[in-house]
Parts: sequence; structure tokens; C-alpha cells
Amino acid sequence: MATTIAPQQDSHVVMARRARRRSAGHRRTRSALLFLTPFGILFCALMLAPIGYALAQSLFRVERSGLGLGAPKNAFVGFSNYLAALQDSAFTASLLRVVLIGLVQVPLMMGLALVLALLLDSAVARLKRTFRLIYFLPYALPGVSAAIMWSFLYQPSISPITAALSRVGLDVDLLSGNLVYVAIANMMTWSYTGFNMLVIYSALQAIPTELGEAGRVDGCGEWRVAWHIKIPAVRPALVLTTIFSMIGTAQLYNDPEILHQVSPAISSSFTPIMAVQESTATNNYNAAAAQSILLAALTFVLSFGALKLSQRKERQS
Amino acid sequence: MTAVTRATAPNSPPRGRQGTPAGRTGAFIVMALFGLYTLVPVWWLLVSSTKSSNDLFTTNGLWFASLNFFDNLVDVFKQQDGIFARWMLNSVIYCVVGATGSTILSAMAGYSLAKYPFRGRNLVANIILGAVLVPPVMFAVPLYLMASGAHLVNTYWAVLLPALVSPFGVYLCRVYVEASVPDELLEAGRIDGSSEARIFWQVVLPILAPGLVTVFLYQFVAIWSNYLLPVLMLNSDTLQPVTVGLANWREQVNGGIPYSVTITGSFVSVLPLIVAFLILQRYWRTGLAAGSVK
Repeated sequence: MATTIAPQQDSHVVMARRARRRSAGHRRTRSALLFLTPFGILFCALMLAPIGYALAQSLFRVERSGLGLGAPKNAFVGFSNYLAALQDSAFTASLLRVVLIGLVQVPLMMGLALVLALLLDSAVARLKRTFRLIYFLPYALPGVSAAIMWSFLYQPSISPITAALSRVGLDVDLLSGNLVYVAIANMMTWSYTGFNMLVIYSALQAIPTELGEAGRVDGCGEWRVAWHIKIPAVRPALVLTTIFSMIGTAQLYNDPEILHQVSPAISSSFTPIMAVQESTATNNYNAAAAQSILLAALTFVLSFGALKLSQRKERQS
Repeated sequence: MTAVTRATAPNSPPRGRQGTPAGRTGAFIVMALFGLYTLVPVWWLLVSSTKSSNDLFTTNGLWFASLNFFDNLVDVFKQQDGIFARWMLNSVIYCVVGATGSTILSAMAGYSLAKYPFRGRNLVANIILGAVLVPPVMFAVPLYLMASGAHLVNTYWAVLLPALVSPFGVYLCRVYVEASVPDELLEAGRIDGSSEARIFWQVVLPILAPGLVTVFLYQFVAIWSNYLLPVLMLNSDTLQPVTVGLANWREQVNGGIPYSVTITGSFVSVLPLIVAFLILQRYWRTGLAAGSVK
């Protein structure tokens, strides 16, 4: 990573020197900082500071002396909150759960989004405008709004899905046992496939049409044009949507939290964020801090790693 | 600009000979099936909001029974001394004020990062990009720990202030400025003697406007979706956004809040969103793609 950034910084230093030589340079730098300041202050106060605060909290533990009569003291305990989090089977199980959901749901959703985007982009598609509008619709029911709707759609006593399935002889409760995984994966797929598809679709629209035409003149069918020309061309969009979907899965909270109210199959620490909230609710702030930091670090390393890896591959090809 | 905003405009010459009739039908069926999958749940919500609690259990979920929508609506707004209207107002405050403020802040910061070569610019840009990769929900608990230390919990500010910060918005604005604001235009403004602030408000912002709609929508959805933050920060009923209020009603569905009230409330709460999105969607640009195409 250092090798990729260094040249940019060098050229930037050179540019900065040149800028300073210019008479207006100083005034420009001052305006640049003035434009940046309002966001910068809030960013430091509301994003960097909480991370710092959580880091500090994660290294301490509230200890009560004697019979608990004295005032509680904050004692420095090093990394023992982290060790405790990693040894907490409920927390590690929640991490495994989102990894499992992510490994199955994200590739399925991205595959579906890619196929739909290719279809929408292909010459054979009709009613493009209408379909784009329909696929955009779940974006207008964000987060908990969709989750509440689905929680009713799954509830056996009023669910049209359960009713339809029982008509063909399948008596299932979508809120029981391992079916809740299917239920949650379906909510995520419903909410985000259309969004991802539109991102890929607009990348497809940016491909010069001559490229596809050239392929067709050479005798390639629609699918071979898609495979050899279109998909490689939209790879960056695919990578970014996949990474954002991974991040979304790691922070999974709204859907299982709402289903938790109606389904005994979803524990109160079903996902890492729910586990963190449980620690917070029991006033175990130090544990909550350590768990948040672990989760954030894990997400960051995974997504940043995936981003850098794909960028390196991009440069090689 | 118009080429990007009007992504629906046909970008290709007529491609007469491609696609067999079978292929065309197959493509249409796949797309229609997914369209149906997208529409049916929302259709169910619409239909269900017109039913009495009784009909919800006894009639076909996907078709209308006796029309009870207006009675339901009255029930929604009468439940708990009319707190639903307050929740809607709170959501408007958090989402509209938060998204508007954050869009302006993002535009300023993104413009600064795109057009001024100052020392440390890349470092700042990389830190902000790093923050994009950590989702807002993950900041909720640390923010809560900090706010409870500073006794700021249970106020509008506890939810509104974090809503003003959108690293992704800054990233998008930077990409948009780089793509659509030519340096010559800024130089021309400077030669005319305009101040930097005047150039930003009168030259840069109008050019960015369609992109800013996207940033606004992103942040609006991000604030609406961040359910954990208000759950942690607010314990007073009257400060909650409608999402938290409805989730509480959903939880009490067996303890006195009728199904029809929660379901109709859910429908009413997303109706303005759906209408706003249908109007704004033609300005919606996929900034992700814009950023990755380069």
C-alpha cells in the first residue's frame, strides 16, 4: 500500500510547493481549509472521538471494592476485555452466524443483480423504464420499515406466504428453527438486490456500444458478449457493490432485531451488533466497547483488504 | 450532465437483429418474476392497511376485503394520545434536516478535496474513505457511551448531530466535482474577482445539484435505516422517530396495540418516502459506479 501512495504524495508536495510560490496560493489553502472545517469538526467529534473513546473504554473495567459499598473504580485491565469477548461463546457464535449468512447470501444476491442488470441492458429487454422503477422501490422502504413489513409477512397467523405454501401441502413456520436464516437472507435480498443491480446497470450503460457491436460482428452471441466484454468492463462496480454488501452483512441488525420480537429462534445476541447492544443494555460498557472495536476492526480489515486486492488485480490486468 | 442524469435515455442505436423471440420472452419472464417478487410485499402492505384486524386473519392476504382504511387511519392517529403524528414529525426532523445539513457539509468538503491542492489532502481523503468502510451502525454504541458520559442522551441533538456526518457523501461529492466542474470555470470566476465562497455557491453548487440529490437520498436512507442509534440514545417516547415507535407497537401487538394499527401505521410512514422516491429517482445517480469507472 505504501508503494502506491508514495508517488502521489511526492507529486502532491511538489504541487503544494508550486502553489505556494504563486501569490494566490496561501489564500487558496485558507479557503480549502475553511470549506473543510465544518465537516472536519463534526467528523472528528462524532466519528474519530467515539472510536478513541471506545478504544480507551475497552482497556478498562469497572471494579467495585470489598462488598460493593465503596465507589466503583475504573481499573486498567489491558486486553482482557478483548480476550473475554473472544472467549464469549455467544459473541463468537454471532460472528460466525453473519459470516455464514454473508458467504451464502452475498454471492446469491450479486449473481442475481448481475443477471438482471445484463438482461436490462441487453437489446432484448422491454419496458426498461418500468422495471428500473420497480427494482428501485425497496430503496424507498429502508431498514426497519421493510423489516416490520416482513415480520408480518412471515407471521404464520396472517402470512400469505404460509397460506400459499400450505395450499400446496407444505406446512412451515418461517420463523422457526433454521428457517429464520432463509427468512433473514430473503429480507436482505429483497432490500438490496435492486439497488446493486442499478449500480451495475449504470456501469453497463457506460460501456461504449461499439464494443458490444464489434463482438457481435465477430459472431459472438448475446451471452458471449456479456461474458467476455460486459462483465470484465463492470468489474469495478461489481467489486464495490460486493464490498458494500459484505459491510452490510457484518452490521446486520434491523432485520433480526425486529424478527427477534416474534421469533423464539432468534436469540438476543443473534448478530454481533445485537450482542454489543445486549452488553450495553446490561451496563457492561467496557465489554460493549471491546466487542464494537473487534467487530469494526474485522469489518474494516476485510473490506479494505478486498478493496486493495481488487485494485491490485485491476492494475495487473 | 444531462447524459448522466437521464440514464433512461436510449444510448444505443436500434439493434434490430439481436435476440430471438424465445430469448426476448425468456428475458422478459425473468425480469417480470423479479419485479413481482419486489412488488408483492408492498402490495400486501397496501392491501392490509385497508383491512380490519379481523379481516387480516380471515381473508386472502393479497386481495381487498371490506374497506376499512379510514377507520384504521383514525385509529393510528388516536393511539396513545396521537403520538404517531409526533413520531412522523420527529422522523422529518432527523431525516430531512440531517440529510440537508450533511449534503451541504459534504459538498463543501468534497469540493475542497477535489479542487484545492493543499498539504495533507491525500491523507485526509484516505481517512474519510476509511470511515466509509465502517458502517454507521458501528458508531452507534461508541457514540452512546460517549454521549452518556457527557449527559447528552435523550435529546434531539443526540440523534441529529451524528446524522450530519456522512463520509460517503464527501466521497461522492469529491467524485462529482472532479467529473463535472472544470478548472477553467473556477479560474474564470477568480479572474472576475469573485470570492472563493461566491464561486462555490453560485458556480459549483448549481452544477452539482443533480449529484447532490443523490447524496441527499443516500443520507436520508442512512438516517432512516440507523435504528440502533435512536434506540440507544432516546428513552422518551416523544423524541423517537417513527421507525422506533412502530417497532415498539410491533412488539406490543399481543399486548393491546391492534394489528391493523401497526400495519396501517407502517404503510402511512413509508407512503411519503415512496412518493418522494418516485419523484426523485430520475435524478438518482449511482455514485458508486461513477467513482469506480475512473
